[in-house]
Amino acid sequence: MSTTATVPLEPPPNREQLARVTQAVADFTRDELIWTSGYLAGLAVTRGGVIVPAVAPADAAKNARTLLICYGSQTGNAKRVAEALDRQVTAAGITGRLVSLADYPPRQLKQETAVLFVVSTQGDGDPPEDAVSFFEFLQAANAPRLEKLKFGVLALGDSSYPYFCRTGQLLDERLIELGATRLLARVDCDLDFAAPAAAWNEEALKRAGEQLRTQAPPRIVVVESAPKATTLEIEHPTLSAELLLNQKITGRASSKDVRHLEFGIDGGALPYQPGDGLAVLPLNPSPLVDTVLALLGATGDETVNGPRGPRGMRETLLEDVELTLLNRQFLTAFQARANHPRLAEVLAPDQGDKFAAYLESNQVVDVLKLAPTILTLDEFIRLLRPLARRTYSIASSLLASPDEAHLLVAIVRDAHAGEIRYGAASNFLGDLAAGANVSLRLEANLNFHLPVDDNAPVIMIGPGTGVAPFRGFVAERAARGARGRNWLLFGERTQHEDFLYQLEWQRQLASGLLHRLDVAFSRDQTAKIYVQDRVREAARDLYAWLEDGAFLYVCGDAKHMAKDVHAALTAAIREAGGMTDEQARDYVQTLQRAGRYRRDVY
Amino acid sequence: MSTPLSPVEDIKLASRHLRGSLVESLADPLTGALRDDDTQLVKFHGIYQQDDRDLRNERRQQRLEPAYQFMIRARVPGGICTAAQWLAMDRIACTHANGTMRLTTRQTFQLHGVIKRRLKATVAEINHALLDTLAACGDVNRNVMCTTLPSPASARTEVTAFAAALSDHLTPRTRAYHEIWLDQQPVINTAEELEPIYGDTYLPRKFKIGLVVPPDNDVDIYSQDLGFIAIIEHGQLTGFNVVAGGGMGMTHGEHATYPRLAEVLGYCDKTEVLKIATAVVTTQRDFGDRTNRKHARLKYTVETMGLKAFQAEVETRAGVRFTPARDIHFTHTGDRFSWHMELDGTAHFTLFVESGRVADVGAWRALTGLREIANAALADFHLTPNQNVVLANIAASNRSRVTEILTQHGLDTDRASQTRQLALACVGFPTCGLAMAESERYVADFVTKIDALFSDHGLPDAPVTLRITGCPNGCARPYLAEIALVGKAPGRYNLYLGAAFDGTRMNAPYREALNEIEILEVLAPLVARYAAERESGEHFGNYLVRAGHVPAILSGVAFAAAAQALAAGRGVAA
Repeated sequence: MSTTATVPLEPPPNREQLARVTQAVADFTRDELIWTSGYLAGLAVTRGGVIVPAVAPADAAKNARTLLICYGSQTGNAKRVAEALDRQVTAAGITGRLVSLADYPPRQLKQETAVLFVVSTQGDGDPPEDAVSFFEFLQAANAPRLEKLKFGVLALGDSSYPYFCRTGQLLDERLIELGATRLLARVDCDLDFAAPAAAWNEEALKRAGEQLRTQAPPRIVVVESAPKATTLEIEHPTLSAELLLNQKITGRASSKDVRHLEFGIDGGALPYQPGDGLAVLPLNPSPLVDTVLALLGATGDETVNGPRGPRGMRETLLEDVELTLLNRQFLTAFQARANHPRLAEVLAPDQGDKFAAYLESNQVVDVLKLAPTILTLDEFIRLLRPLARRTYSIASSLLASPDEAHLLVAIVRDAHAGEIRYGAASNFLGDLAAGANVSLRLEANLNFHLPVDDNAPVIMIGPGTGVAPFRGFVAERAARGARGRNWLLFGERTQHEDFLYQLEWQRQLASGLLHRLDVAFSRDQTAKIYVQDRVREAARDLYAWLEDGAFLYVCGDAKHMAKDVHAALTAAIREAGGMTDEQARDYVQTLQRAGRYRRDVY
Repeated sequence: MSTPLSPVEDIKLASRHLRGSLVESLADPLTGALRDDDTQLVKFHGIYQQDDRDLRNERRQQRLEPAYQFMIRARVPGGICTAAQWLAMDRIACTHANGTMRLTTRQTFQLHGVIKRRLKATVAEINHALLDTLAACGDVNRNVMCTTLPSPASARTEVTAFAAALSDHLTPRTRAYHEIWLDQQPVINTAEELEPIYGDTYLPRKFKIGLVVPPDNDVDIYSQDLGFIAIIEHGQLTGFNVVAGGGMGMTHGEHATYPRLAEVLGYCDKTEVLKIATAVVTTQRDFGDRTNRKHARLKYTVETMGLKAFQAEVETRAGVRFTPARDIHFTHTGDRFSWHMELDGTAHFTLFVESGRVADVGAWRALTGLREIANAALADFHLTPNQNVVLANIAASNRSRVTEILTQHGLDTDRASQTRQLALACVGFPTCGLAMAESERYVADFVTKIDALFSDHGLPDAPVTLRITGCPNGCARPYLAEIALVGKAPGRYNLYLGAAFDGTRMNAPYREALNEIEILEVLAPLVARYAAERESGEHFGNYLVRAGHVPAILSGVAFAAAAQALAAGRGVAA
């Protein structure tokens, strides 16, 4: 079925060389040809020099012939999908350009003809950090018309959050509003994105190829049938690590149970940077499994067909399926059988807020209680998503603690309607004793690494467990002998019980490794005080640090904190810099684009 | 001077009359503690920085600093306070501190567990209640003690007035307290601020004054730096026998330190009291040892100068000559419990408060019951030198109501043995930073065992003075007890035996570092001999000395020698 458009090539190579190549690959399959093209490109790199286009076309013409692949990525998944797409594009002989939305000047968008977007959604339906500026540009009332643009959107997300794939959806809709045309329909991917992403990539490549061929000069090889990649495996280093320490680090009278966990790892096999995360594969809490079994009237000894094939019901519930996070698919499917008025209410099309609230405060067991007996065990199991890993920010530095990785984990155990609500992973980790082995997977967080320049000042805003990466930052900078100043802003409920790593910060302040620490303890006085209040109070110093080239990092709650801190930061810059609102916003955007305002919020 | 001054002297000198960097320390949000130097200065303001030692290790593992908290001690001359003041302290204890009040061996309130950010409000509220905390601790004159009720009414009232006058006279004049805690205008130039009695570096060490009305020796007058023993002739106060150089504190293993009883300087007319007190204080200010805080109390100054020289110095400074001391007799120590009537129809009720801890404990609900009495203004509240409280000046018409409230709160009957009623213990663990062994939390159990021991030998309610402290510094005046345990290590105590029941002779070091079983094993044969050999009315301590089980310790130096001999394994020569 595949037809190859033969393209006259300009030298080099000469005709004789080309003949040798043609002969050498005469019996190659399509896949082998694709592989070889990459191999040859690699050879070129090893022989030195830079590969440059034979002719540098004018920008507009180049845009017309180039497939732009833009990604907005927080955890690195979208980036890796985009990279895979880029490899396929190159392999297909299309001129591709891969760029992070952080680095893409949005004003150029109106020049583009073909763009594929791979974007994830953060926390409360927000764009990933590297795409914030781009989205602000696009959402503005004066955004340019994009009549020439043909595009596709692949959205990544997590359906246990209320605004599943919202960034992708908004992007898709906004581009249409601005006059652009879809190359292909948007696909929303959940945590198991590999297969749907690969399918979308294939389709996107095909459509883009068609698009570009109609416009392009005939020097581009277009392979009609895209390479067949059925799955898209993202490589994460994963290993089983021994838990060395499980220490509660909130005081006896604290309202919170926050653990400091230390794992022994092979630093070579899990080469993390401070700012990266570790994804933990948990087991479900056994009391919760008991409750579910009781509701279903099951013993646990039954055999069911779960994500890992036929296994015992209890093992499946414990190890294989998601019990603590709800998602729309489950609710919809359950409701199709249960037809329960409560679910009808939250699933009604115009009830976004109710749905979001329900998702946040309920778990699978709550839904099951509404109609525990309508499903067979197999039907029930089939509705559940495979148990997913949970990612925690690493709280250590390999330089400072070789062969260790530390996590800071708040144990989620809330009372809900008179019952205990467990967070699966935090309780799993919290119940582990030293010596236990845990599967850890490295989740690189490229947007959230320290500046390369050790002399650059760093401002870290990390209330609650958001302080985790900054413990790694300060340790790393100390171990590197970095001379740049470090300023931490921390907040929690009480100074006496909840001052996470208090002794360590005190020691680092005393020894000059930490240069400034501002704290906000919300419950230590009548009026609640949060880190954003400290940001506002410290406006002059903050602005001075930024003017000195400081990198600003924010980690923690996305829903309130990150937004409030963002507003406080903008206000502080406006005030201290003597700017207008717009100038302050531009200042913040410039920081973001320069990678000097980075966020890891969830 | 070849020996350098103690570091605390430098801190005092640099403090601008006790200001230091307290304002900055209080405002530091990164720690619940004060800066090191300020922890010394804050004592002068009536405050000790402590931490919950039960939590120390746990919090270290939690990467949290120690559970810093503060003890606040009020200044209540003679222990006399109104119902309104009692209510205020109760409320402050429940809102800012740990919900209990500790009545001390110096007739005042201690609040425990106040965290730093509540300190200022706590001190301000205490002042609002017309009490204060200035000079309740520190190298100054502490709370002035005075014999409590019941004692002959007219003379006692006058002696009480002397206690208040001495307290006022010897209060530091610095405005630091008012600036820091009460938001009063700062003094512009602290260099011009004068401390007319103390000077810029205050005293070398703490200083304690007591007044006593014989025949009661409830204040342990010989344990005070400066004591005034009231001389009452024909129902009228004429003057005082003045005693000086007493003090309980010592340090384990340092035989240059010892408890010492005050010695008699002579008799003075009552009009000379303030002059003499000023002279004694300034003599100590100028002659006291400022190089070694363990050797800085007035008792060492007297010992170093010699009594005669000391007396002469005081007379010169006061412009007063002592006349020979009058005869006095002490027949009673401790408090007189339950009801006592005055001739005018008013009555007093002395409530036994174990270890001075005012709390609700099971059916014994002193906190609530006393609050109710205070709320109805049925009595004044006099804190005793033995950690108890007198409900004073109860009108005849209110007696039944008071009785009713006492009954309702389980406070009416005293089933406690005499030994339990007499027992004293310091606060110790978990808040006191000096404690080496349990005291307050242990004393109740230990009294039970001592009572059983005496019962076993046919002496079911023999009154014995028993005191336990967590360290050798002597907050519960242990060296004046017939049986004293002084903490050495967790669960281990030095045992001291043989003081006079009336507080006129110290005990003797007897054994070191015993655990409870060993203590009881050591005591059992002595109690058996006492039961068999005692003379009529003879107290345990006096018997032990008479029978030669322990030597009569007649001076601080003798005490030190006995302690040294014991440590050297030569035992105690009777």
